[in-house]
Amino acid sequence: MITAEQRAEFRKHFRYNVNQRLVKDRIVKAVVFACVVIAIIPLGSILFEVFKNGSAALSIEFLTQIPGAIGTGEGGVGPAIQGTLLIIGTSSLVGVPIGVLSGIFLSEFGDNRYSKTIRFFNDVMAEFPSIVIGIFAFLIIVLVLGNFSIWAGTFALSIIMLPIIARTTEESLKLVPITYREAGFALGIKRWAIIMHIVVSSAKSGLITGIMLAVARIAGETAPLIMTILGSSQFFAGFNGPIDALPLRIWRLSLLPYDSAQAQGWGAAVVLILIVLSINIAVRFIFLRKRGRGLQIKYQRRGQK
Amino acid sequence: MRAVRLKKSSLDTDKIFKIGTSVAAAYILAIIVLIVFELVTGSFPVWKEEGFSFLTGSDWNAVEDRESFGAVPYIFGTLVTAGLAMLMGVPVSMGIAMFLSELAPKFIRTPLSFVIELLAAVPSVIYGLWGLFVFRLYFKDWIEAPLHNMFGDSIWFFSGTPFGLDIFTASVILAIMIIPTISSISREIMLAVPNSQREAAYMLGATKWEVFKMAVIPYSKSGLIGASILGLGRAVGETMAVTMLIGNATGPAALPQSLFKAGQTMSSIIANEFNEASPAGLHIHALIGIGLILFLVALAINIVAHLLVARVLKAHEGAVQA
Repeated sequence: MITAEQRAEFRKHFRYNVNQRLVKDRIVKAVVFACVVIAIIPLGSILFEVFKNGSAALSIEFLTQIPGAIGTGEGGVGPAIQGTLLIIGTSSLVGVPIGVLSGIFLSEFGDNRYSKTIRFFNDVMAEFPSIVIGIFAFLIIVLVLGNFSIWAGTFALSIIMLPIIARTTEESLKLVPITYREAGFALGIKRWAIIMHIVVSSAKSGLITGIMLAVARIAGETAPLIMTILGSSQFFAGFNGPIDALPLRIWRLSLLPYDSAQAQGWGAAVVLILIVLSINIAVRFIFLRKRGRGLQIKYQRRGQK
Repeated sequence: MRAVRLKKSSLDTDKIFKIGTSVAAAYILAIIVLIVFELVTGSFPVWKEEGFSFLTGSDWNAVEDRESFGAVPYIFGTLVTAGLAMLMGVPVSMGIAMFLSELAPKFIRTPLSFVIELLAAVPSVIYGLWGLFVFRLYFKDWIEAPLHNMFGDSIWFFSGTPFGLDIFTASVILAIMIIPTISSISREIMLAVPNSQREAAYMLGATKWEVFKMAVIPYSKSGLIGASILGLGRAVGETMAVTMLIGNATGPAALPQSLFKAGQTMSSIIANEFNEASPAGLHIHALIGIGLILFLVALAINIVAHLLVARVLKAHEGAVQA
């Protein structure tokens, strides 16, 4: 039997212990909340400063004209906007088909050693230093053709897109229930037709998400463009010549010691951030759930292996 | 009729499709092999000229006839900035992931994780612009100057006059940039922990923190390590923001001696000097050589990450199978 004293003793310790644990819990919660605030301040500050400093520079002239003489603050970033849109287009033409096809391969034929190797290197390439890819494109295209060109930029950026698209394609195809495929087989449909017409079309939104995220990623890439498209102050003049891009222009403007150049840099930053964030926001609002589920299932699968 | 037609088609479309997709998948392998080949041949002159001293020297002189190149300061610069960024970024990221998966009420979760992921979408050059014209000025006055005044004499890495364009600023920007990567993946991993694990801990009377410590962390440890290493990969390869903030020292001056001194990383020296280097001289080959080292470091980080995750997973196999 427990005596009254023992019970009192136990209660004292128990209460003490509980209080201590609750205090600890509160402290942790406060620290965690502080972490969230720490992370949000930069985003708020970046958006605020970019729009505050950049909106003054925005005008029709700024968006369409070629850059004026250095330091005058005249002209605009027309070639940079054109170049960024152009190179997104050409890189997607190369990167999307290859990326989607390799995603299909990884998901549908992907349980052997060969595909494990490819999946591994896709993961490795996904967070790879993009400047190294820029050097590669310089060596293999710029040096061979003899001049900086859109081809080289397209080649570099398509390599950056590829692993992102391949991974998201694989993940969203794996979300399609096996029963869909079985239903196709039961109808005697060929495997390639099942994959293209049933599996890929039911995973369409996941595919588009991956493609748009890849586009948003390359729209902001700067490093590989330095040694491929070089930058230019003129509009498009053929694929075998240099062209400007928004990130490159921002970088070059930020290095100039003139206030007017900085103002133009902020203006270009507004345009770039609007392009990138609107793609991201569109993706999240249209396809938000699919992507979240995809990642979640991927890691669940990992955990169970 | 129909059966006959099926037999007649001699073309095996399935096989063609499979081969087609596997060729597309092989493209990435071919690219990696080509990258290694091109970087090795492209940097060959510098290895021939400098030999092993390219890896051990710290000179950086591109003047004709006095050319001398050593990669040590930039290798150290990359390791130091990425390491500091991890030191600051990982705890904060884990806190955010914990808040988003365990503590936040439902109506905050979705918008907040969306906001955090937007941080990952902001282009690196815009981080650089913001860091250069906004963050640096506040950081110099409010953080670096007080630290220098308090510890400048006693602790070596706080010596040197704070200017804002230094290793410390670059590391903090890097930390800000890797937080969204690490925290959004960590959140997904924590959400993948089955609720039965949490409920079991709650049933024993655990507080939120104890649930996190006892149920969530052990279950998701391997994934969290993987998420952190992905962040490290991003920190090592990050170019533009660092280039704009690290001060771009070259030669022996770029060796990291104090947090408040200008430095240089492997990626930033390539970005800074690639267009100035003449293809005829040794300079460009030295930069390609640094690219090769960066490639190998990034490859090593990623491979170690995968092996580590695989090992931790193996150790956990029995416990995880619920």
